[in-house]
Amino acid sequence: MDGNSKTEAQATDMLTGAEIVLRALADQGVDTIFGYPGGAVLPIYDAIYAQQQVRHILVRHEQGAGHMAEGYARSTGKCGVALATSGPGATNMVTPITDALMDSIPMVVITGQVPTHLIGTDAFQEADTVGITRACTKHNYLVRDVNDLARVIHEAFYIATTGRPGPVVIDVPKNVQFAKGKYVGPKAIEHRTYHPRTEPQDRRIEEAVALMAGAQRPIIYSGGGVINSGPAASEALRALAKATGWPVTSTLMGLGAFPASDKQWLGMVGMHGSFESNNAMHDCDVMLCVGARFDDRVTGRLDAFSPGSKKIHIDIDPSSINKNVRVDVPIVADCGKALSALLKTWKKQAGKTPDLKPWMAQIDQWRARKGFAYPNSKTLIKPQYAIERLYELTKDKDVYITTEVGQHQMWAAQFFHFDQPNRWMTSGGLGTMGYGLPAAIGVQAAHPNALVIDIAGDASVQMTMQEMSCAIQHDLPVKIFILNNEWMGMVRQWQQLLHGERYSHSYSDALPDFVKMAEAFGCHGIRCDDPAKLDDAILEMINTPKPVLFDCRVEKAENCFPMIPSGAAHNEMILGKITGDEIGEAGKMLV
Amino acid sequence: MSRAPRTRLTPKNGREDPASAYDMTPSNELIERRTLACIVDNEPGVLARVVGLFAARGYNIESLTVAEIDRNAHQSRITIVTSGTNHVLEQIEQQLLRLVPVAKVIDVTNSTGGIERELALVKVAGTGEKRVESLRISEIFRAHVIDTTNESFIFELTGASQKIDQFVELMRPLGLVEVSRTGVLSIQRGKEKAG
Repeated sequence: MDGNSKTEAQATDMLTGAEIVLRALADQGVDTIFGYPGGAVLPIYDAIYAQQQVRHILVRHEQGAGHMAEGYARSTGKCGVALATSGPGATNMVTPITDALMDSIPMVVITGQVPTHLIGTDAFQEADTVGITRACTKHNYLVRDVNDLARVIHEAFYIATTGRPGPVVIDVPKNVQFAKGKYVGPKAIEHRTYHPRTEPQDRRIEEAVALMAGAQRPIIYSGGGVINSGPAASEALRALAKATGWPVTSTLMGLGAFPASDKQWLGMVGMHGSFESNNAMHDCDVMLCVGARFDDRVTGRLDAFSPGSKKIHIDIDPSSINKNVRVDVPIVADCGKALSALLKTWKKQAGKTPDLKPWMAQIDQWRARKGFAYPNSKTLIKPQYAIERLYELTKDKDVYITTEVGQHQMWAAQFFHFDQPNRWMTSGGLGTMGYGLPAAIGVQAAHPNALVIDIAGDASVQMTMQEMSCAIQHDLPVKIFILNNEWMGMVRQWQQLLHGERYSHSYSDALPDFVKMAEAFGCHGIRCDDPAKLDDAILEMINTPKPVLFDCRVEKAENCFPMIPSGAAHNEMILGKITGDEIGEAGKMLV
Repeated sequence: MSRAPRTRLTPKNGREDPASAYDMTPSNELIERRTLACIVDNEPGVLARVVGLFAARGYNIESLTVAEIDRNAHQSRITIVTSGTNHVLEQIEQQLLRLVPVAKVIDVTNSTGGIERELALVKVAGTGEKRVESLRISEIFRAHVIDTTNESFIFELTGASQKIDQFVELMRPLGLVEVSRTGVLSIQRGKEKAG
């Protein structure tokens, strides 16, 4: 008996590399991966075939797999996983990997590689994957020994999900997938060199609260880090805002961490942010930046960025501190922990804090300017109106929104409102057109019963639209809501404003018939160009239990306002119709 | 094809302040030179990560040395001489620390007790008085002769980089042929270990 169980134990402990991959994924709690097979990952696909624990979603292009993993990760808070073959499989994955790095999304990408003895010989479908992805990953590995494989996979998950999250690539040569080796389970990782700091320093918390206690014109500027930190961080943000009465703005990445329905909510900050939030950022005397990184789309002109304020910056990544903007109190810590610590110390301090009424009155004046107002039309669907209606008709549902990149993305950020974190998936840092559709599929895979809508543009959606086929195959009923203005709208807007109306290659010529295309894929297609029929059409989309492509024909020449023109400060926003000469020569280069 | 409306922004003449969305203002801050030592996990590709970071973010590398320093602990020490504004130098340190295999970054220039040394091999060819003079100077610099022919010497010299620069300049009129240098090595004074 003993002898038998011993051999059995040995037999189960010795697995092929491919089996180790699947076992490690299962042990990491992975239920879904997104991938595409090819020569150098066939052993892993064999192992997928032999098990039931991990579901594999077959994509139509590896870029789709990466964005799906991102969508999955952002809507669940878990690590996304993608799988691709060597060479073109890996290079197609570079865009989503870079996207995940820029937006700090936890993702593990497993790529096949040619057998170790062929590495460096320009073998068929060989690419230097670790070399190519070194600059766009948080970390990457080439596993040359099957006995390292399990440890490396567990370590990769640890690195991807802790500290500032990011993508990790594991390149696994084909012979390592075939070779037998010892499996080790996930256990507490004691990394030799990687030790992210998560606990705030008491001294910094006290300094911050001392600053906060004297604030007359305060603002909280929150970002994607609050969402990455988990639901507790959003709760802590809400609690701190409530306790202090401070107004809250957020970056594009941070929408949903603070409820848009709250009185203290100012709307999004930055280039196409709200008039009130940008003016409040400019005029504030104490700024609490939490989980945001003073990105150039947020700050505008750096030398005119919030000139009179003391700045507190909470970030888990020490390199974000003082990178673009000098701050007065740096707090290197997990957002949730730092916010909770601030709240605790704030409650303890007995001192009376200044009256915020004059500041809130000032903010109300800015609010009264109604920066997002637009002239509506009875004959044409205004893109803003389309998003407003989409929001009104879906807000009571379990809804998740993804976007592509461009004007429609900014309108979605302005006119769709989020009360919960992890409901809004958009490519912020890298600005990847083609992100939204695959991301929506990833979200739907994680939330099969939710209403998942990709708010898209006619140009962006064409970059990854083959993934409709993936949605059909896996019965993932995503809704693709295209604001179709027949232009690369944001490019056209900049050409209009900055390049003398020379619309060089920004017209979406030869657009496909989106409805027919949807039908060709087996999706349901809807077209609407009449504002009076829009509500019914949206309801039809919502109530169709399969993938729907909605071709929403909108006003072609609409521009996205308000905006901070290049070379301008936060208090120099352009509202609606523009007549002046707001952009300087030098500003043109900066778009 | 439809036309977009005719509103447009034309550049305002008087306005020249650049800056903004992408800040293009050249910095007037002082450029300093700094020596940084990184203690890294000696795994494949770690040097490429460090060098790639400098290339990707536009930082300078004036010299770089790397070798394993502790086989059992898997550690290498990379000493980098770089330059930039104080702000950029701070960023370099922080960005290096973001790399997973980097355990520690030491600012050798500003730490108390940082020692920097470089080794150079200097080939000088000449005859007669010039040859004698080169040998005389090499003694002043405590250089060793490690190879000689009737018409040449190779000197081995260690010291601070400035000392080597000086020596090379003195050799130039005496028949300097070529120089090979290691780049800067660094270590801290005292009994503590850096890693």
